[in-house]
Amino acid sequence: MIPELGQVALSLALAVAVVQAFFPLAGAHGGNLAWMSLARPAAQAQALLVAFAFGCLTWSFVTNDFSVSYVAMHSNSALPLHYRVAGVWGGHEGSFLLWCLILCVWMVAVSLFSAHLPEEMVARVLGIMGLLAAGFIAFMLFTSNPFDRLFPAPPDGRDLNPLLQDPGMVLHPPMLYMGYVGFSVAFCFAVAALLSGRLDAAWARWSRPWTTVAWCFLTLGIALGSAWAYYELGWGGWWFWDPVENASFMPWIVGTALIHSLAVTEKRGAFRSWTVLLAIVAFALSLLGTFLVRSGVLTSVHAFAVDPKRGIFILGLFAVFIGGALLLYVWRTSRIGLGGSFEPVSRESFLLANNVLLAAAAGTVFLGTLYPLAIDAFGAGKISVGPPYFEAVFAPLMAPALFLMGVGPLARWKRSSVPELAVLLRWALAVSLVLGFLLPLLFGDWSALVGFGLALAIWIVITALLSFKRTLAHSRSHYGMALAHIGVAVFVVGVTVVKGYESQEDVRLKPGDSAALAGYAFRLDEVSTVRGPNYVSARGHVSVTRDGKPVTTLYPERRIYTVQEQVMTEAAIDPGLTRDLYVSLGDPLPGGAWLIRVQHKPFIDWIWGGCLIMALGGLLAASDRRYRFAQKAKRVVEATA
Amino acid sequence: MKKLWLPLGFIVLLGLLGVGLKLNPREVPSPLIGKSAPPFELPRLDEPAKTFTQKEMLGKVWVLNVWASWCPPCLVEHPVVTELAKTIPVVGLNYKDARDDALPWLARNGNPYQLSVYDAAGRIAIDYGVYGVPETYVIDRKGVIRYKHIGPLTPEVAQNKLVPLVKELSGG
Repeated sequence: MIPELGQVALSLALAVAVVQAFFPLAGAHGGNLAWMSLARPAAQAQALLVAFAFGCLTWSFVTNDFSVSYVAMHSNSALPLHYRVAGVWGGHEGSFLLWCLILCVWMVAVSLFSAHLPEEMVARVLGIMGLLAAGFIAFMLFTSNPFDRLFPAPPDGRDLNPLLQDPGMVLHPPMLYMGYVGFSVAFCFAVAALLSGRLDAAWARWSRPWTTVAWCFLTLGIALGSAWAYYELGWGGWWFWDPVENASFMPWIVGTALIHSLAVTEKRGAFRSWTVLLAIVAFALSLLGTFLVRSGVLTSVHAFAVDPKRGIFILGLFAVFIGGALLLYVWRTSRIGLGGSFEPVSRESFLLANNVLLAAAAGTVFLGTLYPLAIDAFGAGKISVGPPYFEAVFAPLMAPALFLMGVGPLARWKRSSVPELAVLLRWALAVSLVLGFLLPLLFGDWSALVGFGLALAIWIVITALLSFKRTLAHSRSHYGMALAHIGVAVFVVGVTVVKGYESQEDVRLKPGDSAALAGYAFRLDEVSTVRGPNYVSARGHVSVTRDGKPVTTLYPERRIYTVQEQVMTEAAIDPGLTRDLYVSLGDPLPGGAWLIRVQHKPFIDWIWGGCLIMALGGLLAASDRRYRFAQKAKRVVEATA
Repeated sequence: MKKLWLPLGFIVLLGLLGVGLKLNPREVPSPLIGKSAPPFELPRLDEPAKTFTQKEMLGKVWVLNVWASWCPPCLVEHPVVTELAKTIPVVGLNYKDARDDALPWLARNGNPYQLSVYDAAGRIAIDYGVYGVPETYVIDRKGVIRYKHIGPLTPEVAQNKLVPLVKELSGG
């Protein structure tokens, strides 16, 4: 009964979405206020219906209703309750339901925090979001219904993929989708502005906080995914340039460019048509990511069920939404005038350079990700593009972007003087270069690459602090920007040091044996058998000492999940600010020995710490008061109208 | 309309993705196709004392199927293998498995194999370039590998590829 109610709610949500798309858009076109005013209540009603459907599916999971096919595929009666709840988005159908729910969350947020916007704008934005929702709910109902029943009901479920039975995986998809789907708000604002023909500073100001918040969620989502890969896949890597990872990274890079380009459009009215294009592309890449992950056109460690019918439906949605937006863009942007002019040395031109570099970076990732597909499509063979390509092309593009990150915030709008900048920056440059040269010596093994990375990081931090000396008006958006840039510096430190100085060793140990790595001694005391709710595990007891003094005891596990008979390596990690010790238990060897991999990962936690700081910076910037004061925004609207 | 390249580029991308839907990224050509099957001599799964080598199959067109009891997709393809084995000799390569698991698995699900050899360490599988279980090879009368399928056999692959290929090889 409950699953049927969910199905009915979803069907009603589709009807409401159609209403939400048609009346407000038609009303905005014809100036019918009554029709426009339907946008907010329709969005909220739709959110309630989708939330109800989501609740129904969750209920089926919690009560182990294996007559629902989706539950039977992704849960099991032995699965702990919190993973049964997370199992809702553990597969294809449920992740789309989550996608729609999050779209509704954003719709409700727009309907609540848009009091200061003109009614026509709200109607258009919510109308286009309704169109998106209608497309995706129809996709679910027609090709991947999570409420399909299974007759006869199996006695027990197939269990959730053990890889997903992890706290990081519980949070990762909702965060990532908040980011992906959040870019739909910027997209809808851009399309609404194209429809109305008013691409002005006010439009950029309205879009900015939404874009920044979506970007923060995407940052956190990607960081969680990377952290999950690090400790759950069991072998210590944190980024694999896998197509699915790239699918989430491309919208992030373009979103980063969009945030910076929106700043120019808001402050100076320049880059307008470029900013609109970025808003469309950021969401296009989110949809492309969804398509790549869900259609199985690329091989990936994230193996999902392949169903061509689904692929064609998503491709259709992609074609309609993005193709439509691009045509509208081509048709309308010829009317956009140029914004304020600027000199070659100015904040505008530094941000332009930033955008060019980020767009090129997104392009290289795009090329590397789709190249195997293109080669295959022309029948020229099967190839795979791996980390060597991405590392070789990505880093050289990022290095100048990181350098400019230090100069941009200090340059003046419109026109900046080179001597003034040089005076301001020469000490920062000297200090970064000297420290960059000296710091790698602390690690005992000097490396030019590490020195370069550290110098860039120090450069970013010093210039971020200098930017406060420069202006007197300290706003939250300024603090947020500086904080986010410092986050990037922290991230860069993590990446360069771990790349330069990580070490690992594969050893065979019998209980009582020791291995040495990076000054630490790892002793395997014993291997015991542990029983979990839905797995049996061999657990190693590894005591770690340094110079004879105990550091910690680690318990790496090798679990066998009984339902899917899948073996999982649960690495044990001793995290630290300056290093992680990482031990994973491999296969048992003849003679009572075990294959064990020990790793020393200096500064690796800075990678995720940096992402967290970036996201906090973004949130701080998005909470700036100038986005909140309705009165002030209204005046701007009147002034520009 | 200088900006028309934008929708045009988008249409090219859509075309590419559409073609991509028809391709199977898991269908990887094996460098072993057209080469002699790597030689092996392994103990039989059911009778450890006896060994089996691929030479015994010379003169026949046969199928080598890599399987393991711990591999759920092997269970998925099992009915297809069973159907196939009614007309074509199928030899099982039991991969990184334990006898105590593998024999009951066959008892439970039926044993379509003419026999299975036991490759506990996965040595032979390395020679054959196995990188996922299940995998299936068609080997001709002269002991040359003619086809390789990665992942579970579907009834379509068996019907449209394996059976016609084996017929063609046996006829010639």
